[in-house]
Amino acid sequence: MNFALFVQYALSGITVGSVYAIVAIGFNIIYCTTGIINFAQGEFLIVGAMTAISLAQVAPLPVAILGAVLITTALGAVVELVFIRQVRNASVLRLIIITIGLSILMREAMLHIWDEQVRSLPYFTGTEVSTVTILGAHISPQVLWVLGVSAVIVTALTLFFRYTTTGRAMRACADNRMAARLCGVNDRWMVTLSFMLSAGIGALAGCVVSPITQTQYDMGAPLAIKGFTVAILGGMGNSMAAVAAGLFLGLLEAFVVSVLPSSYKEVAAIVVLLLILVLRPSGLFASRDASALRAA
Amino acid sequence: MGSALLETRHLHRSFGGVHAVKDVSMKVRTGTIKAVIGPNGAGKTTLFNLIAGTTTPQRGEVLFRDKPITTWKPHAIAAMGIARTFQTTKLFPHMTVQENVMVGRHPRTHSGFLAGMLNLPCTWREDRETQTRATEILADLGLASYACETASNLSFGRQRLVEFARALATEPALLLLDEPAAGLNIYETQELSRLILRIRDRGVTCLIVEHDMSLVMDISDEVLVLDQGQKIAEGPPAQIQRDPDVIRIYLGDDHA
Amino acid sequence: MMRLRIYYPVLAVAALVVVLHIVLAASGNTYYMTQITMSAYYALVVIGLCLLMGYAGQISLGHAGFFAIGGYTVAVLTTCNLTSVRETPAIGLLRSLGLLVQWQDLYGREILSFQPWLAFLAAMLLTVLIALVIGLPVIRLKGHYLAMATLGFGLIIYRTVLGAKTFGQADGISNVPAFGLVGSLQVNGRAPFRVQNYYIAWVAVLAAMVLSLNLIHSRVGRALRSIHQSEEAAHSLGIDTYRYKLATFILSALFAAVGGALLTHYNGSIGPSEATVIKSVRYVAIVAVGGMDNLWGAMIMGVLLNFLSLRGVFGSFDDAVFGAILIGVMIFAPQGLLRVPRLRAVTSLLPRRSHG
Repeated sequence: MNFALFVQYALSGITVGSVYAIVAIGFNIIYCTTGIINFAQGEFLIVGAMTAISLAQVAPLPVAILGAVLITTALGAVVELVFIRQVRNASVLRLIIITIGLSILMREAMLHIWDEQVRSLPYFTGTEVSTVTILGAHISPQVLWVLGVSAVIVTALTLFFRYTTTGRAMRACADNRMAARLCGVNDRWMVTLSFMLSAGIGALAGCVVSPITQTQYDMGAPLAIKGFTVAILGGMGNSMAAVAAGLFLGLLEAFVVSVLPSSYKEVAAIVVLLLILVLRPSGLFASRDASALRAA
Repeated sequence: MGSALLETRHLHRSFGGVHAVKDVSMKVRTGTIKAVIGPNGAGKTTLFNLIAGTTTPQRGEVLFRDKPITTWKPHAIAAMGIARTFQTTKLFPHMTVQENVMVGRHPRTHSGFLAGMLNLPCTWREDRETQTRATEILADLGLASYACETASNLSFGRQRLVEFARALATEPALLLLDEPAAGLNIYETQELSRLILRIRDRGVTCLIVEHDMSLVMDISDEVLVLDQGQKIAEGPPAQIQRDPDVIRIYLGDDHA
Repeated sequence: MMRLRIYYPVLAVAALVVVLHIVLAASGNTYYMTQITMSAYYALVVIGLCLLMGYAGQISLGHAGFFAIGGYTVAVLTTCNLTSVRETPAIGLLRSLGLLVQWQDLYGREILSFQPWLAFLAAMLLTVLIALVIGLPVIRLKGHYLAMATLGFGLIIYRTVLGAKTFGQADGISNVPAFGLVGSLQVNGRAPFRVQNYYIAWVAVLAAMVLSLNLIHSRVGRALRSIHQSEEAAHSLGIDTYRYKLATFILSALFAAVGGALLTHYNGSIGPSEATVIKSVRYVAIVAVGGMDNLWGAMIMGVLLNFLSLRGVFGSFDDAVFGAILIGVMIFAPQGLLRVPRLRAVTSLLPRRSHG
């Protein structure tokens, strides 16, 4: 493999990896605030992209994307208010099963609203043949968009959680919900907010990666699996590590594809998932105290 | 009375930075009732968990009948003859009182998956015996009329008694009781004292964690005092009562 | 034999099955039997999953994978054509041992493949092996980590059968021969055998119910229920919780594989759609709506919902319906539909959960 090809694979891996990282961060936000693993996370990306594609037919691209993000964010709020909040004294497992059901419903809704055709957003800058040359490799400018948007999302979220009152309130909820409530934090609103945030960033990520990977109604579940793998790999709740883990998985996939048939790409991610769950469920970057994840 | 049924040697267990149990060595002699007392956070329940196998010590040994059981899992330890009750009752809430006690017969019975699925005749006798033994134990503890009640419907005191019965069903040689008198009134506590003495007279050695001093002083043959994970004193109740160190940790320096 | 009354519903269902046959035959609607037979085989998966989820308290989002392992194994072994290598020593040995069978497929081709009963045995052994390998590390995990791990397992199976040539890729495997049981009884989907297979399927289901009922009323069943209700207490009473959960996992995998194997012989084919995540989720939804630990509820819902689905009653919303059922049950009736007070009158006809 010459250097240019290597860079090509590497950049492709980093691109996909950063999307996985965003999905993982979406998982983390909800998991931290509620302890739920939101199986419908992948669907938020696809809904966002599909909505933007439809809106782009009647509005300029930036407006379409903004609209899609807002609509998906609202969807996230609706999901939480209608389904999650209604369940009283639910065990975490029950809520997770609800999100599984939700992911199916959303998938089927998308199928009926948009049919099974593969679509995509137009390239943000240039067309599908324009290229940018980096280190000898020819890549689409969309790749830079993906990396750029991902970086912005991660930075914005970090600033949000660290420096804004709301962000800190959400972190408080994540740490100790009862204590946060006693300090006057409206924890139920924080839960809704976490869903909205996850949905919003998911939609944005879905839009920016749509020209490269195309968008189809059933791409949500594979995305969720990989996003979850990344989240676990970095340690549930650790979003900085999620970025690193996402890049790792993306690179792994990219180089696996160069050796094995493409249908085994997904298997690579699942094998990683199973290995991590079994060997080190606390993630690569966490301390060894994985006892919380094991049964007696 | 004499030989050590249970022995711990230099047990050590810390969580994070806290030394829950620090260099605790003690012996429980067969056929006796030994109480473990100490202020809150002294490490009493951790000691129990170390003995029962729920937690593993970082240093030290636990020996049962001179055999090291330090790293054994809880179910193996139960099968060996050590039963326990919990600080907060852990009954099986959706099963009847009778069924709860029947589960206690598990370590003394054998039928497995295949025999169970095929409903083989060898299981009939065993099941009958399990039923009978459970009924006997319930009657012994005065719970016969509650046999068919769902466990979670019972009053707090009776639930504790059911947990007792369930532990007894395992035919233990050593019974670990974690704060058995917690939440009981004076009369119930007296009943409990009589019950524990009866059990001791049947040959079951008892190790009790308890805060209720009247119970401890009334029935213990020996008392172990822990404070901040360390052993402060060990001896007969009367001796412990007069021990200045013990008085100090409970009442402060002025009274020593 | 104690507790004979737990078998009364078995007799009741058996009687109902016969009555149903008579009714269908009299009204000239025996073609419904085909879908009922298929539903019965799907119900086998649900019964096993009910033992795992309702009694051992472990979730599995990958049980369609075990169904597929059962089905694909028998399909591959009974359709692999060894004619071209029939003279080699290894194949010659197998032939002399009577393990192979020569037959003609629908197109008149001569096929030399493994005896169906041997293929069935192989499928069961393979299932146990895989369930063991997967279960050993995975059963230790809690709640949603177990869910994800089983989901991942199911996906691996799906990708494997979808991607590998041996398994027919997207088309799956067809021309699977009938499975001769005893005498002239065979698992065969063609019209002349319809009635026979209707009863074979129900015998399988009722046998599974009897085994399961026996199990939950036995010492092991009590242990399983205790693990589900308070694992720590169960552990302290001498119950090796890990081993029991693993054994139940393997048992439920076997049930699923039997369903897969028999249905494959019945349909004469199997495809990757049997191994999808959607299928696994459907099985979970059915167990949930029947009442997690309600064996009869699981069986009834298993047959009923699959029948409705096969009849196309849900139209293109098939998957959505199961998703909605899952959500609905979890929100409104986590104890399952058959426990909701309004339905008490109906369920009073079924045995209560009186265990010993």
